[in-house]
Amino acid sequence: MKNKLIYWLIWLSVLILLILCVSIFSLCVGSADISFRKIFSLNLAKSHSTAYTIIFNIRLPRIILGFAIGGALSLAGVILQGMFRNPLVEPYTLGISGGAALGVCLNAILGLNSTFGILSIPIFGFSGAVLVIIFVYFLSLKKGVLRIQGLLLTGVMISFIASSLIMFLMAISGIEDLHGIIFWIMGSLEEPNWMLIKLILILSICGLVISYFFCFDLNALSLGEEEALHLGVNVERTKKSLFLLASLLTGFSVSVAGIIGFIGLVVPHFMRMFVGQDHRILLISSFLAGASFLIFSDTIARTIILPLELPVGVITGIVGGSLFIYVLAKKEFIFWR
Amino acid sequence: MKLLQIKDLSCGYDSIFNFGIQKKIEFVLKDINLIINKGEIVGIIGPNGAGKTTLIRAISRTLKPKKGEIFFDGKNIWKMNFRESARQIAVVPQNFSGLDMTVEEFVLLGRIPHIKKFQFFETKKDLQVAQNCMELTDVLKLKDQLISKISGGERQLALIAKALTQQPRLLLLDEPSLYLDITHQVRILDLIKRLNKEFELTVVMVLHELNLASEYCERLVLLNEGKIYKTGSPQEVLDYHIIKEVYKTEVLVEKNPFSSKPYILLVSQKREVPNEKRIDTDLYR
Repeated sequence: MKNKLIYWLIWLSVLILLILCVSIFSLCVGSADISFRKIFSLNLAKSHSTAYTIIFNIRLPRIILGFAIGGALSLAGVILQGMFRNPLVEPYTLGISGGAALGVCLNAILGLNSTFGILSIPIFGFSGAVLVIIFVYFLSLKKGVLRIQGLLLTGVMISFIASSLIMFLMAISGIEDLHGIIFWIMGSLEEPNWMLIKLILILSICGLVISYFFCFDLNALSLGEEEALHLGVNVERTKKSLFLLASLLTGFSVSVAGIIGFIGLVVPHFMRMFVGQDHRILLISSFLAGASFLIFSDTIARTIILPLELPVGVITGIVGGSLFIYVLAKKEFIFWR
Repeated sequence: MKLLQIKDLSCGYDSIFNFGIQKKIEFVLKDINLIINKGEIVGIIGPNGAGKTTLIRAISRTLKPKKGEIFFDGKNIWKMNFRESARQIAVVPQNFSGLDMTVEEFVLLGRIPHIKKFQFFETKKDLQVAQNCMELTDVLKLKDQLISKISGGERQLALIAKALTQQPRLLLLDEPSLYLDITHQVRILDLIKRLNKEFELTVVMVLHELNLASEYCERLVLLNEGKIYKTGSPQEVLDYHIIKEVYKTEVLVEKNPFSSKPYILLVSQKREVPNEKRIDTDLYR
């Protein structure tokens, strides 16, 4: 037991250190390189130099948003994979991203940006996501039992329907709207609104805290629903709460940052390999690893071919996917515990 | 002293016909009445499809009964809190597929019903109980191995260790001897017998092997077509006429010279194969 605790603490400190390193790296590099020392002097001086503006108005918000969204997405991934007992499930499997994208499309086509202002895209994206969540939830609910397989199939089908509708909307929309839609779908951590960033940060940390109320239930569920029931878990209530938690985490992440793929799939897998199947450590370590992975990917995306900024999804996909394939090929080395 | 009382229990599965217009309940268990006393080892036997597993599922709250009630220690189990019933009743399933974890982590999952709200780590007591249960079931030496890497018999022992870690008063086992060789069959059933003697653990188990049931159970419940055909001691239940009636098979019932319990010899039904039913040997050339 003591060994396990020490092992967990080591992992936690490694991940926190990783986040700090990645954040500092992200603060330093960019189209204007700012040295490490200068950052600290800035912090004290609070001057209005260009370096100050770059750091506090451009880079820091992105890091905070990356932290919140990377964490939220991989947390949702861990929860869903644990609950479905299916390694291929990710936050976007349930059609939530499709719903959010549809909402954003409608917003662009109907030209509602002017009426709702800067918050219009997140609001529409989130309403689309919530609509899909409600839809999927009630379609899979039979006699008070949430049927897991039904949930998955309904989610996948809704994803297809949503992407067809998006294609339809794109086909009838003008060039300018099209550009906006595509840009949103590719995903980006650029968000000028500080309020929204703070809100997302609070929400995703709340999600992490709430998920810890279910850590033992998730451990029990990893043996299967019947087994969890034999261990005294109120399976139906747990499944419903976890589904809602994971889908809300996904919903607000997607509605702010667009569809940033792969984090919710790959990071939980990696963390399962490294820290094991115990959700008590898995939840927080996935959150932290997802956060640092997204911050890192975003930094690469905006610096790799300056002055062009790549969509962050490109990096998460390429880096995450190739690392994952490598690990799968070398599985026996990685499965040590 | 009765521990478990099953009253007029009927269980079934819904089957839906004609695009959901017609619905029919197919009853697997019909009007079961059964009392299980404290400290008993009860074996549930019966032919395939008799409802043995369904009975276990009903007692373990996995399947909601269509009719009737089950009382544990005077309390209706469906009115009990899930955690509370998990502290009283533990189940050893036929098999399981789970994520990969070490045997020790797996056995510790059995402490979940005992973990209090806002408790994050297992206490010393939890660890001690898990340790004892692993020692008892002889899986302590495997505790750092992955559950997927150990043999079927060892996994069965680990499943029993996990169920014991729940510190239940009633242990339900669904075919604990399935897939096991005779060494492991005897080992597991001896263990169950020992637990019953030493800790007054009440055991209800489904057994396919009539001879094992006869040897290890004090009382047998013979199910046939969803009804209790006969209950009683092995001598009463494993009778030539009863077995012929229920299993529709000719057997030889003998007496075990050591335990003087009945044991059953299977007899090939047709020693003289009539010409017209002989297998066409050309097929195998």
